Amino acid sequence: MVFPGSNCDLDVHHAIRLMGQDVSYVWHTETDLSQYDVVILPGGFSYGDYLRVGAIASYSPVMSAIKEFAYQGGLVLGICNGFQILCEAGLLPGALRANEDLSFHCHDIYVRVEDTDTPFSNQLRTGDVLKLPIAHGEGNYFASEEDMKNLRVIFRYSDSQGNRGGNPNGSVDDIAGISNLSGNVLGLMPHPERAMEELLGSRDGRGIFSSIVAYLKERSGISV
Amino acid sequence: MGNYQANLKISLKKGVLDPQGSATMGALVSLGYEVTDVRVGKQIMVEFEAESREEALALVDEMAKRLLANPVIEDYSFMVEEVGETK
Repeated sequence: MVFPGSNCDLDVHHAIRLMGQDVSYVWHTETDLSQYDVVILPGGFSYGDYLRVGAIASYSPVMSAIKEFAYQGGLVLGICNGFQILCEAGLLPGALRANEDLSFHCHDIYVRVEDTDTPFSNQLRTGDVLKLPIAHGEGNYFASEEDMKNLRVIFRYSDSQGNRGGNPNGSVDDIAGISNLSGNVLGLMPHPERAMEELLGSRDGRGIFSSIVAYLKERSGISV
Repeated sequence: MGNYQANLKISLKKGVLDPQGSATMGALVSLGYEVTDVRVGKQIMVEFEAESREEALALVDEMAKRLLANPVIEDYSFMVEEVGETK
């Protein structure tokens, strides 16, 4: 997906090409997504972050198609600003607030894999520690106790050994990434698409993309 | 039809940490003010047409719920006044 103000769309495109998969840019005015297996909402500053991060994009024309796609069981991945948009659109519970220290954080962090029973994490192991970059000013996840019952924590900020700690933004329960209960919609603040090559510091983001590919191969194997 | 102006006040819910408010409070305290709480919010003005005051109130409430505020983390309040038949 490309919204006005998206700026990680090229990185995501590159990451998917690295995995040997087909990918195309979809403009935010598109209304039919039925030909796609996965919809990815990239990072950036859609609509200049006006009003609230992700708020305006959550009403762009393509969002009803994305909701329909998700309700049909399609895979939807929101990265950074994409995660913020999914929360604003109600596809994921909770909301993202300004970082606790009010600073924009742009550095590597570690996350611990908490749940591998999703299309986005099936090639990972629980307890795996991934080194991924973050770049956000509003990554401070909040969910009410009620909302916490409607989500699954997939990634938690941790130290390099996978122990609690290393939370860069004040997120409740050290949450870095969540999915809906059925697991087909995932949002995370770190950028796996920027961690695909050793040359760029880490290739730990590959596990998420290879999980998606593995899931889709298995799904088409069964359904065909 | 009348022209209406709504002024909305949007703030983070009590219990939701407000980092901007905390930082501002720290600055006020360092200036020597005995401040016990600061919350930072925003104000939004909307002008629109409506059939009646009741419709105007309902419309603003709907705008707030759907877009202007995020009910997960924010509270809102508003005042509506009629600003004449035509602009």
